[in-house]
Amino acid sequence: MTTIDPEKLNSILATDCGSTTTKAILIERRGSEYRLIVRGEAPTTVEAPFEDVTRGVLNAIMEVEELAGRKILDGERIITPQKGSEGVDLYLSTSSAGGGLQMMVSGVVKSMTGESAQRAALGAGAIVMDVIASNDGRLPHEKIKRIRHLRPDMILLSGGVDGGTTAHVAEMAELLAAADPKARLGVGYELPVIYAGNKDAVDIVKERLGKKVALVITPNLRPVLERENLGPARDKIHDLFMEHVMAHAPGYRKLMTWTPVPIMPTPGAVGLIIETIAREEGIQVIGVDIGGATTDVFSVFQGVFNRTVSANLGMSYSVSNVLAETGLSNIMRWVPFEMGERDLRNRIKNKMIRPTTIPQSLEELIIEQAISREALRLAFEQHKSLAVGLKGVQQERTISDTFDQTASGETLVRLDHLDLLVGSGGVLSHAPRRSQAALMMLDAFLPEHITELAVDSIFMAPQLGVLSTVHPRAAKEVFEKDCLIRLGSTVAPTGPGKDGATALRVALEMPGGKREEFSIPYGYLRLVPLPLGETAKATLRPEKTFDVGEGKGKERVVDLKGGVVGLIFDCRGRQPFKLPDDRAARIAKLNQWNEALGIYPPREASKVSVAELRPVEARA
Amino acid sequence: MAHSYTPGLKVSAWTKLRRERKLPLPGDVLVTLGQPVTAETVVARTELPGNVQTVNAANVLGVLPEDVEECLVKPVGSAVEKGETFAESRSFFGLFKSKCHSPVKGTVESVSKVTGQVLLREEPIPVEVDAYVDGTVVEVHPRSGVTIETQGTFIQGIFGVGGETCGELHVLVSGPSEPLEERAIDASSRGKIVVGGAYVTAATLRKAIANGIKAVVVGGFDDEDLRSILGYDLGVAITGSEELGITLIVTEGFGSIPMAARTFELLRSCEGRRVSVSGATQIRAGVLRPEIVAASMDGAAGREGSDGSVEGGLKPGDLVRVIRQPYFGKIGRVTALPPELMPLETEAKVRVLEVDFGGGSSTLLPRANVEMIES
Repeated sequence: MTTIDPEKLNSILATDCGSTTTKAILIERRGSEYRLIVRGEAPTTVEAPFEDVTRGVLNAIMEVEELAGRKILDGERIITPQKGSEGVDLYLSTSSAGGGLQMMVSGVVKSMTGESAQRAALGAGAIVMDVIASNDGRLPHEKIKRIRHLRPDMILLSGGVDGGTTAHVAEMAELLAAADPKARLGVGYELPVIYAGNKDAVDIVKERLGKKVALVITPNLRPVLERENLGPARDKIHDLFMEHVMAHAPGYRKLMTWTPVPIMPTPGAVGLIIETIAREEGIQVIGVDIGGATTDVFSVFQGVFNRTVSANLGMSYSVSNVLAETGLSNIMRWVPFEMGERDLRNRIKNKMIRPTTIPQSLEELIIEQAISREALRLAFEQHKSLAVGLKGVQQERTISDTFDQTASGETLVRLDHLDLLVGSGGVLSHAPRRSQAALMMLDAFLPEHITELAVDSIFMAPQLGVLSTVHPRAAKEVFEKDCLIRLGSTVAPTGPGKDGATALRVALEMPGGKREEFSIPYGYLRLVPLPLGETAKATLRPEKTFDVGEGKGKERVVDLKGGVVGLIFDCRGRQPFKLPDDRAARIAKLNQWNEALGIYPPREASKVSVAELRPVEARA
Repeated sequence: MAHSYTPGLKVSAWTKLRRERKLPLPGDVLVTLGQPVTAETVVARTELPGNVQTVNAANVLGVLPEDVEECLVKPVGSAVEKGETFAESRSFFGLFKSKCHSPVKGTVESVSKVTGQVLLREEPIPVEVDAYVDGTVVEVHPRSGVTIETQGTFIQGIFGVGGETCGELHVLVSGPSEPLEERAIDASSRGKIVVGGAYVTAATLRKAIANGIKAVVVGGFDDEDLRSILGYDLGVAITGSEELGITLIVTEGFGSIPMAARTFELLRSCEGRRVSVSGATQIRAGVLRPEIVAASMDGAAGREGSDGSVEGGLKPGDLVRVIRQPYFGKIGRVTALPPELMPLETEAKVRVLEVDFGGGSSTLLPRANVEMIES
């Protein structure tokens, strides 16, 4: 690892090579703080005809040069360190081009070491193609067939606690050897396999696999049932990603020589910055990045970081899969007007086959935002099911636990403890009104009690994540000042209620001493504008069936932070949150909520006549 | 700056193209450089290692894992028939025998001293790759395959299902706006690639399958019908391996959409010719679109023509087609390309263009929602 003196860094250039776009940001020290100066982008050039990722990187940097009005490149070389006004002190990069990092993981017991291995791979930024385990219900030959069929970039093999039986680990190694798996990117190199299981089985694994794959041994990721040790396996995944996967992707060998810091998988870098923020501020955070093909969810609860990727939930390439997974009625429940199933299905498929198109009419935007709610909701459901405590652990209980017994493997994600929810990705970051992003996140995640909402303005979390490995302070400063757009705080009482009956009484002490008092009925939303950087003191008095964090019917006094949207009082219900079953009532409710937050402009203004929709004219 | 328009699909009366034909594993190349081939010519062959079956011999025989090897009556490397005994043990002074029978025909591959498992490898699976198009071998990739070069008419669709096939092309409609009706399908089209106009229903497609039609090329198709034909909701556009008994190529999109006039005329000009088609579609990094290739090897060199797609940026006067609602399918001429970001009805500020759809007035559209087409 190269040593970099953070104090000597006055300018930092960072790129993120995505599947379609390469994004470059320039950060400079201004006085005592680091700030984002400009951002440039260019199409990624991993595919033919260029087949060299550095072309796209250079194009993005050239745009940065133009926008910043200063020279960074000397021909095709980044000038480092900065000399006068030319060049930068540090160049960094992340990458998810070419499909990112695709892994297969294996454990002995699916819900124990299998799940730990999955968490290690996901935490490192991988897409997990399959989890193979002794008890996954498949016959040995089915597993072998599956391993052969998948062509991962890397395999993580785990299993057993240290000192436990070695037979099952040996069996998994044998299956792997029999399958003789091949790497995804060509035939030119051996498939990297990381072994992070029972240390007593190391020799057996070496004997079975040593000659067939590029085997790497790391400490057991589950040395005892009660503890995970994912760090070493995660670090090794990053190393091998560089050495094997990246080195075989077009142009990466050259790109690797440009930066003294290892290139990280994009989601791994995003995870790092979220982990850093949660740790430094001592808060519970959820971050979500909804892309065209995948949706990543990150969370930090009780200091435990988790990341999941829903590989086929996204807004363009995977938009049709959102429909396939959630069903038409779940999408339609968010649409405040009538629409035929055949028409909606065709529109969704047309978006899939022409993924770069954007909504032009308000109806199209509303449909797209309805789909995004379901994509986010499903991705979050998947996240909650994997972000769990360790399974198979015996819990010590005292007499006081008699009435509060929880099973092992409970989700760590507690929406009532969530402090900050950060959204990112086109549909959230580029929503025409920020209040649209806020409501999409509220509807999909249903945060409880008091939560702050934010969006990543231009999606620079990956670059800041890799920067945090060398200069945490600079990364945090830019993240807070230039990356995050704080939307405001939301107050959402939990508990059942009757539509229209008072759920919450609020007394607000606004900046400047102005006081406001109001009550909100169950089933309603209310927005109170409060600018960014300002705080209001709120006295919240929930009715007896509702809880805002202090218990049912208990008053809570709290400081609420403002933002570009303001304070959102969401009394639509949590546990349960339910939309009316009746179609007309549901549409009326959606319109009521949309108006309360000023989500959309009046629709009459943007109506497109049906005559214009059909019939479709022939191409020339 | 990134180009913010979508280049159109390739629709070319005459072009040269190359197709790589590769094996999944190293094997034998069966043709030589410069050799003329037809679509059906097998150009490379290999054998995939057979599937593996495991038998826990230690459990079956009631012996320790390390003793399994001694019990083998068919040593590692030997061939075994299905049901044949490959290991046995004796107990109680040899009075009782336990036997392991092979569940498959194959070979004994290995024995584990740790788990007592015996791996049995089934017979190899032969794999052959054909040339797919009529053409000439222009490159031989030792042990892996060849590159075939061909020339002729080349048309890309927007979406397809089903694999590669080859047959005589037959247009079954009178114009690009006419849907392909059930009554147009009969046994006379058996083994053919048929062309419809704007639309085909699932019922018509089923009739085409029943009548042995190899492929249908049509302007539009409903997603509901796609689900009915596939038996599931297609989530991600990675297709080509479906076994439907037919290949479907959609040239325009989902819904009832007249086939582009140029595409239809080109297909009509191929009436009665042998064509190769592939429904394989992949809309991710490395885009793959379905295609129709009508190879013509009768020396028409120099006829290389435009492929219907346009290189370079948009300019006023260019003909564009809208590829998203609310003007989906409409054609117009670019009248202006304002450089600044402009607000849409959605209030999003994006790069736009102004298009005249023929009425003399201009309509503002996002650049992302048009594709260029040749004048």
